[in-house]
Amino acid sequence: MSLLSIRNLNLSIHGTPILAGVSLEIARGQIIAVTGESGSGKSMTAFSVMGLLPKGAETTGEILLGNGTKAATGRRRHPGRDSPAGQSAKTDILQMSETQLCDLRGNEIGMVFQEPMTALNPVQTIGAQVAETIRLHRDSSKAEAREQAAQTLARVGLPESRFPLSRYPHELSGGQRQRVVIAMAIACGPRLLIADEPTTALDVTTQAQILDLLKELTEEDQMGLLMITHDLAVVANMARHIVVMRKGQVVEQNDTRTLLSQMQHPYTKALFEASSHQVDLPETRAETPLLQVQDVCRDYRLPRKTLFGRPGHFRAVDDVSFDIAKGERVGLVGESGCGKSTLTRAILGLENVEAGRITLDGAPVFSGGRPNLNVRRKMQVVFQDPFGSFNPRHRVDRLITEPFHLLERQPSAQEWQARIAESLMAVGLSPDDARKYPHQFSGGQRQRIAIARALIIRPELVIFDEAVSALDVSVRAQILDLIADLCRQYALTYLFISHDLSVVRSVTDRVLVMQAGRIVEQGDTEAVFTNPNHTYTRSLIKAAPVLPAMVSS
Amino acid sequence: MLRYTLKRLISLIISLAVTSLVIFFVIEIAPGDPASLMLGVNAQPDTLAALRAELGLDVPKWQRYLNWVGGMLVGDFGTSYQYRTPVAEMIGNRLWVSLPLALYALALSTLIAFPAGIFAAARRGGPGDVAIMSATQLGVAIPNFWFAMMLVLIFAINLRWFSAGGFAGWDNGFFAAMKSLTLPAIALAMPQAAILARVMRSALLDVLSEDYMRTARAKGLSARRALWRHGLRNAMIPVLTILGLQFSFLLAGGIIIEQVFFLPGLGRLIFQSISARDLIVVESVTMLLVFAVIVVNFAVDLAYAAVDPRLRQRS
Repeated sequence: MSLLSIRNLNLSIHGTPILAGVSLEIARGQIIAVTGESGSGKSMTAFSVMGLLPKGAETTGEILLGNGTKAATGRRRHPGRDSPAGQSAKTDILQMSETQLCDLRGNEIGMVFQEPMTALNPVQTIGAQVAETIRLHRDSSKAEAREQAAQTLARVGLPESRFPLSRYPHELSGGQRQRVVIAMAIACGPRLLIADEPTTALDVTTQAQILDLLKELTEEDQMGLLMITHDLAVVANMARHIVVMRKGQVVEQNDTRTLLSQMQHPYTKALFEASSHQVDLPETRAETPLLQVQDVCRDYRLPRKTLFGRPGHFRAVDDVSFDIAKGERVGLVGESGCGKSTLTRAILGLENVEAGRITLDGAPVFSGGRPNLNVRRKMQVVFQDPFGSFNPRHRVDRLITEPFHLLERQPSAQEWQARIAESLMAVGLSPDDARKYPHQFSGGQRQRIAIARALIIRPELVIFDEAVSALDVSVRAQILDLIADLCRQYALTYLFISHDLSVVRSVTDRVLVMQAGRIVEQGDTEAVFTNPNHTYTRSLIKAAPVLPAMVSS
Repeated sequence: MLRYTLKRLISLIISLAVTSLVIFFVIEIAPGDPASLMLGVNAQPDTLAALRAELGLDVPKWQRYLNWVGGMLVGDFGTSYQYRTPVAEMIGNRLWVSLPLALYALALSTLIAFPAGIFAAARRGGPGDVAIMSATQLGVAIPNFWFAMMLVLIFAINLRWFSAGGFAGWDNGFFAAMKSLTLPAIALAMPQAAILARVMRSALLDVLSEDYMRTARAKGLSARRALWRHGLRNAMIPVLTILGLQFSFLLAGGIIIEQVFFLPGLGRLIFQSISARDLIVVESVTMLLVFAVIVVNFAVDLAYAAVDPRLRQRS
């Protein structure tokens, strides 16, 4: 008997169809994954189950929440619970009143979100936020709720001894915050847990831990878990059943084993291919050194402990040395906080370093207390966030010609136009797109614009700073293909910074592994991945999700 | 929190020292000699010199600055050149009108703006929101002295509920005094409330689109409870900023309203003193207002930290 069954769910918002005929079933203790690219309707399916749809939403069909099997475990169950959903065997969520839905959310159905950095209220302690769920649905006193919140937080790996309930969200890391969000979702022992891209914003090692935690909790509490993700590799090893969605419809669903071995729909195949996408990188000969980083250290000042005490220092980059030769494609991997971004800023000459030298073509990147412009014009960077890195009020032509100000000689008006058209075409856009605004493009297209901006002055070195991390797998595969293509056309030299190992593996010749400010391992990409020497590299590779080998395509 | 408070306190003292210097020298540089103004154009040079000595104008500027600041620290603001009465006394009398008026107006503005802003944000785009936003548009646009005159016309002259002006004095009882401050307070509060309501609304709308509001709904809070429990406090930072600015303005900026209602407040005092070149009064009142503004800012800073734990740690 199933716990949740969605039957022929149709959803339209202000008349625009969003979901068409979505059906799926979840039983108690089961993990079901819904996958598809952005805009496929997977999140909207989840919000329909939560009854948290935006204004103007109209639904038809049924979302039935039942008791599942009767094998309820005693530990998290509360004898006095009575809720509208609990009284009858099955209730249609779509027919519930708002009051009934409020009783349902957080109580019968818990939800975990994608962005742990912003999912918690910054002005309330984590204890208060977890206890709130309990107080909302249980008749417990403040002290009881607090006690239960402490227990729940301990269950998700935040024991009170190390993480007091009085901590505020900003005092925790992304992974820890996600644990708090999970604690809030499971505090009342819901029957169903919905996790919407719960690990997309986290780095590999944290992702693996959070996935393990979700799996464990599902098993212990015999909950149903509805996992939403764009990356099949993430769920291939944990979900029992996979639902593939596209444009609001379920194109294929089957139990994981069958789906992986005999997928039918071309879209499913494309998704699988994208998840472990390998690009065809042209051969290159790397001889003359371009970027040289020698014994670089970068410190940050910590706040003073006492009013007149000396401020402490935190060494973010510790004695790092490496070279990048002309034409070489180098990857830099490491988890968040390892010093990748600090190193990037130092290479771009945005900050001075405490020790060591960074030179490009023999000239220092930072000189006389400011970035060396002669060097700066030879480097360009592509950032992670395709939404935040453009001024929304500028048109594309203005955005991508911004690097021109670095040049000594400004191009003539004619050349200016020609360069715009050329770089837009190089990244697979049309010259007509020059007069559009960034909001008129999708995330993948914006990242193309960002690459066009970086390439327009033909830099010698391009830095891709997590440039594909915010994109979903299918778009990511396209951008990686574009990068390989550009390598063929322009013989690019780049430093590719990412926490995603599979991506780094496919687009780099050489890789640097960074941990706690140090480069712990470097070498040819294939050699490092097939035969890692350092334990940290090994743990990174082990944590990275991979599609099982049984994929037939 | 203690360190944060201490740091704010140190910056408060530095601000006071710097502003006192600026005020003193700016006013001293302004042309016009109080002694010659008091004695008229035909005054004899020796009489002038005598008066200057009596007023303490014959010593070097820096010494006069030190005397002034030192005096203020012990509550001695000097003697008015014009009225020959202690400035402290004059300010004290006026402050008993201006301060209650400012607080009264602030309370009114908050009481109107908070519910209006919250209501409008909760019903974004609905008829209630549109009505409130139109009303605040009007409130911002209407000049407050015109509004004050309309109030006088309707409530004092036609309905005769209030007197048209003047201050009843605290000796005649709390309610009589408050009653004579009511129309001025409403006139002052209206535009402030309109601004504050708009700030409240937009701050709340920003917060409502935050991820943690969605988390709150997913916990099972109704939209309204989520707004009260998780939205309001997060929206307070911009609101507190405006509130602090408004209080400072209300204390000093009521001058036009004080003129309309013939209230013996600080604004009128400073206006009259400037016309009469009563520099010592101008300096002292300005300093007092600056002091008030700085103290209010200090209080706002502390309120920020009380609202937002992230600010407590940042140095």
